[in-house]
Amino acid sequence: MSLFEAVIGLEVHCQLATRTKIFCACPASPPRGVSVADVPVNRATCPVCAGHPGTLPVLNRQAVDYAVRAGLALGCEINPRSQFSRKNYFYPDLPKGYQITQFDSPVCGEGALSFSLPSGERRTVRIQRIHLEEDAGKSVHVGTHSEVNLNRAGVPLIEVVSHPEMRTAEEAGAYLRALHAVVTWIEVCDGNMQEGNFRCDANVSLRPVGATEFGTRVEVKNVNSFRFVEKAIAHEIERQTAILKSGGSVKQETRGYDPDRDATFSQRGKEEAHDYRYFPEPDLPELTLAQAWVDQIRSELPELPDQRRARYERELGLSSYDAGIVTSSRELVRYFEESIQLGASSKALANLLAGEVSRLANEKGTWLGSRLLPIHLADVVRELQAARISATAAKQLIGLAWESGERIADLIELEGLAQVSDTRALEAWLDEVIAQSPAQWSEIQSGKDKLIGFFTGQVMKKSGGKANPALIQELIRKKVGS
Amino acid sequence: MKTSMRTISQIHDAFDRRELSPIEFTRGFLARAQASKLNAYLTLFADRAMAQARHAQEILDREGVTPRQRHPLLGIPLALKDNLALQGQRTTCGSKMLADYKPPYSATVVRRLEAAGAVILGKTNLDEFGMGGSNENSAFGPVIHPTHSDRVAGGSSGGSAAAVAADLAWAALGSDTGGSVRQPAAFCGILGLKPTYGKISRSGLVAFASSLDTVGILARSPQDAELLLSVCSGGDELDATSLPEAPYAPDESGTPFEWSGLRLGVASDISESDLDPEVARAVRLFQERLCGLGASRVVLDFPHASQAVAVYYLIAMAEASSNLSRFDGVRFGSRAPEAESASDLKGFYQKVRSQFGSEVKRRILLGTFALSSGYRDAFFRRAAQVRRLIARDFDSAWSRADVLVLPVAPEPAFRLGERNSDPLKMYLADRFTVPANLAGLPALSIPCGTTSEGLPIGVQLIAPAGREDLLLSIARALETPEAE
Repeated sequence: MSLFEAVIGLEVHCQLATRTKIFCACPASPPRGVSVADVPVNRATCPVCAGHPGTLPVLNRQAVDYAVRAGLALGCEINPRSQFSRKNYFYPDLPKGYQITQFDSPVCGEGALSFSLPSGERRTVRIQRIHLEEDAGKSVHVGTHSEVNLNRAGVPLIEVVSHPEMRTAEEAGAYLRALHAVVTWIEVCDGNMQEGNFRCDANVSLRPVGATEFGTRVEVKNVNSFRFVEKAIAHEIERQTAILKSGGSVKQETRGYDPDRDATFSQRGKEEAHDYRYFPEPDLPELTLAQAWVDQIRSELPELPDQRRARYERELGLSSYDAGIVTSSRELVRYFEESIQLGASSKALANLLAGEVSRLANEKGTWLGSRLLPIHLADVVRELQAARISATAAKQLIGLAWESGERIADLIELEGLAQVSDTRALEAWLDEVIAQSPAQWSEIQSGKDKLIGFFTGQVMKKSGGKANPALIQELIRKKVGS
Repeated sequence: MKTSMRTISQIHDAFDRRELSPIEFTRGFLARAQASKLNAYLTLFADRAMAQARHAQEILDREGVTPRQRHPLLGIPLALKDNLALQGQRTTCGSKMLADYKPPYSATVVRRLEAAGAVILGKTNLDEFGMGGSNENSAFGPVIHPTHSDRVAGGSSGGSAAAVAADLAWAALGSDTGGSVRQPAAFCGILGLKPTYGKISRSGLVAFASSLDTVGILARSPQDAELLLSVCSGGDELDATSLPEAPYAPDESGTPFEWSGLRLGVASDISESDLDPEVARAVRLFQERLCGLGASRVVLDFPHASQAVAVYYLIAMAEASSNLSRFDGVRFGSRAPEAESASDLKGFYQKVRSQFGSEVKRRILLGTFALSSGYRDAFFRRAAQVRRLIARDFDSAWSRADVLVLPVAPEPAFRLGERNSDPLKMYLADRFTVPANLAGLPALSIPCGTTSEGLPIGVQLIAPAGREDLLLSIARALETPEAE
């Protein structure tokens, strides 16, 4: 056991899915189906978001609405009065030379997020604040010069700041996934991490176990996938542990994460830290929220992922793990609910969704282009439960349906995925396997039951995954017994 | 004919009687402006203005008489301070930084003026980004006083004030952050109105100090100031700090002003020894004149007035340091040739930003300091607190007075070059004008005589927020024969 414990706090930037930018009428995101990369450079700009002299920001009410919605979903206090501030720094992709953000008085105060760890253990992490701000543009460095694209400048963001009270990379990852589930579920954020809609900065420090004061903190900036956040934090904990164990001291700095090397690297030391010279934004009046308006938003909130998870566990008897994954995205919940309508049994369905379906979705990184329908899942569950297909075939079928959208019955036929329950065929495969592994077979005969799994697996392999595993086992036992 | 006309209404009468045509009217202003040596204009739009004048002429010919409701400024040649955006036209802010900057949009006020039928003659000279009180901080040279060529015209709206006073524009827009409309108006002998903060949209006014900036009006008569205010004012969805209200409605009732009952507030802490004797005398005579007409005089305490200049400069400089950040040579601000060869970003910024004039640099540096971590509480935050106390002083004054009377500046127009080396003295000269900006109140500078040398003197009236009507009624009433 290490002598140190890690203290982790996350700052998550969620791009709000508003129609227009936060301070002007430019579109905040490309039209549906168009990638950010395909919008011509500096097309989605106007004099306001390009920072032309004399232009003024005018607050987008929808952005405030979304921030409040996120705040309410995370149990935050909603501040009836809040204020915007200017964060001043020079960078080519910051057209005004300052970012309009909230500093002293954010729109949402204290809240909390409850979630499950992969082990099923429950955690609650307190949220410090949520504030509204504008995004900067994007610098692209080309050879010896740099190009600035302001399409993103002025896109509304909320920054959700947790208390520094997570201890492990795994816990931070689970928090991040749960937060992602909430903001996408309430539809304030698209949550597309590849496009930078959901970005995370992690503050990591170490302290001796039992200490109450925080150690020197390192900020790991802008990591853009759940897995990389976990890896970056894990690496950072390892790095800092090594420094402290060897008697050194951790330097306060900002670090980046390089997924290729699986390591963090120094970006900016404390001495290079900016003095942002915050002061109240004089171009925007104080933001006041009427209680009735906040109540209205509250009344429109849907059932939240964690509430739904608890209900699925309670009412449908799903495992905590399956229920957690099924409720982690709108798409999974939709498949779940609609497939049940089509007659699928909930536990088997949850298993499939938590397993192959979410694996595929993660692998693809997007649901766009998927042709998978609830009827596919309902059919696969039915075939599986009737033992007409194997679990392996079920996975294959989901992949095929995702790509082609063909009927499951047709796919089984076309790909020959029907489970082989023909005893003669199974016996022939089993005999071949026995002939190849005579030593193991004699062991099984002398009572080593554990090897039944080995033989079952070998037969499955020979059958190309189509053999009915329950029948194979039955055959083996019969053969051993005879 | 020209000398007999004092108001836009009289010009429109002349248009209607065909004694004057919009085309010849504009041509006359352009000719005088082109011949002028005052350096009041940085850019003249000869062709554009003539096109607008011809358009006005067409409307007049078509309608028979001036459609005063729809086009209240039809054919009236105006000038704009060169920190107001006019689409596609150079908007320099008196700075080398923006020598070639052409905004892709027009300021809300400019759009409103043009929709009202105004002819825009050109853009006037100013202290760089509005920072100064003599127009000597312009990168394009100072404006010369219209009647005394060795004197300044005041600033920062010196070009606009000189243009109106020298008949190079009928009226003009300026901007007033700490007195920049009222002081040059006083120096040049015309009216200068700084409206309530938010009364006129700031959209398109290049920011100096956003919480203090107002678009102001330089005019020859209270009637014109009212008319211009009615065109320029009214809520604007492009400016979140603009007051969400209907445009100003000029008083057309013709009811004579009721002098008795008017309570004139005067500040207890202003001593005449603090002022140029001729200014002191003119302001005193002005007060006596109003009292002679029936007003009563109330002496009021402004406990925090002595802090106003310090508070003003801290806030103005802090906001300016941020507002001027965008002039970094990336999107805005001309790229000095040597900046292209800078080896890193810092070097690049250094080269670009060294193009600011020395007063602007001074203010950016002081403002940056006032906001720096470790100093923000002692300087910026403290200043913001005292600003609220100054506003409260005014609030309590309004229970005892209807309007305040103050000098505009402690002295008349000074000599060119006389003050360049003493920024502190320049800052302190703003002590009578900055309080209205700190409290967001309307204030009007009215001519009130001349010095023995013939230099104009101005007096300032300050009213409660939204009471431009009171200021303008007083100014109007002062022009009636009974008030002479």
